[in-house]
Amino acid sequence: MRYIEPHAHMVSRTTDDYMAMVIAGCKAVCEPAFWAGYDRSSAHGFYDYFCQLTDYEPKRAAKFGLPHFSWLCINPKESEDIKLAEEVIALIPEFLKKDNVLGIGEIGLNKNSRNEMTILEKHVNLAAEHDQLILVHTPHLEDKLKGTQLIVDMIKSDSRIDPGKVLIDHLEEHTAKIVMDAGFWGGLTLYPESKCTSPRAVDIMETYGADRLWMNSACDWGVSVPLAVPYAAQEMRRRGYDDETLDKVFYQNPVRFLSQSPNFTIEKE
Amino acid sequence: MKPKNKQNTVDLYYMEARAKLIDIAAFMDRVERDGFTDDFRYSAFKDALKELDSDSRTQNVLLSLSDPTTELIPAATTKAASGAWPDKPQ
Repeated sequence: MRYIEPHAHMVSRTTDDYMAMVIAGCKAVCEPAFWAGYDRSSAHGFYDYFCQLTDYEPKRAAKFGLPHFSWLCINPKESEDIKLAEEVIALIPEFLKKDNVLGIGEIGLNKNSRNEMTILEKHVNLAAEHDQLILVHTPHLEDKLKGTQLIVDMIKSDSRIDPGKVLIDHLEEHTAKIVMDAGFWGGLTLYPESKCTSPRAVDIMETYGADRLWMNSACDWGVSVPLAVPYAAQEMRRRGYDDETLDKVFYQNPVRFLSQSPNFTIEKE
Repeated sequence: MKPKNKQNTVDLYYMEARAKLIDIAAFMDRVERDGFTDDFRYSAFKDALKELDSDSRTQNVLLSLSDPTTELIPAATTKAASGAWPDKPQ
């Protein structure tokens, strides 16, 4: 099978993971900017990280024949510091000129605080001004329901933003309807302990349809599985889905969303 | 979205669900044996179990463990989430 990994933090992974993904049929990997597991002490740290995402990591992926794309932002976990966040946002336009950048992400909320929302609004404004796609992180665990609703309300209130160019990630059963009804795309993140398991992700697709949903591993430095997407495809095979449906879910649909960015250019088979 | 060749759901998932059910029972025995039953997460967990008798069980379990408020908080004092809403009335 062929598939797209639409959300993976490859800077945290090894070359063995790149090899395994390519062998499993991965045709492109997309990497949103995220929290490093610690707070960076200045905007310079983000400048270096953006260089890594737009220069070094694509070269590392290319060694395995894998096209690599990135999304840029300051993540919500570091958005409580408004001054730092504004300095980082000011760096982003320079990097939007890089040819592997797909848009602004993964922005959003973490603990649903006022400062997090202020920085989310600034990111959305940046995306509107530069006509960029948006990738949104929704909060973890007990904060997800409230955060997802706040995010949807905020983005819907900005008439410059086309919901079809926004993907809201990490949906679960209690938030999928909020996002689908608002016209956004949604992401189902396949984690062993939190977010969604493969069977639950397939359940959600069976409930809402697969047209505006994708699955991703969001693999990073934590408990996560770089091959979670092809494992989910295997879960669909167990349930009796055919290859044509798998290709639509794991390749054609993510390509359809990502191709709204002129920078998403892969060899279409 | 539905498969062309639908499989028997119980055949596919029973053993996996059975194992998870026993794990839950063992977790509760362990918490009670070790005397940690006053942890707010354990109370929330036991509350959420009641939703297994409802329709839309998955959604209702998740809602039971969620912060139901709608206002932004003044400031984030931690980055972590605990998996249950600490302010839920006991």
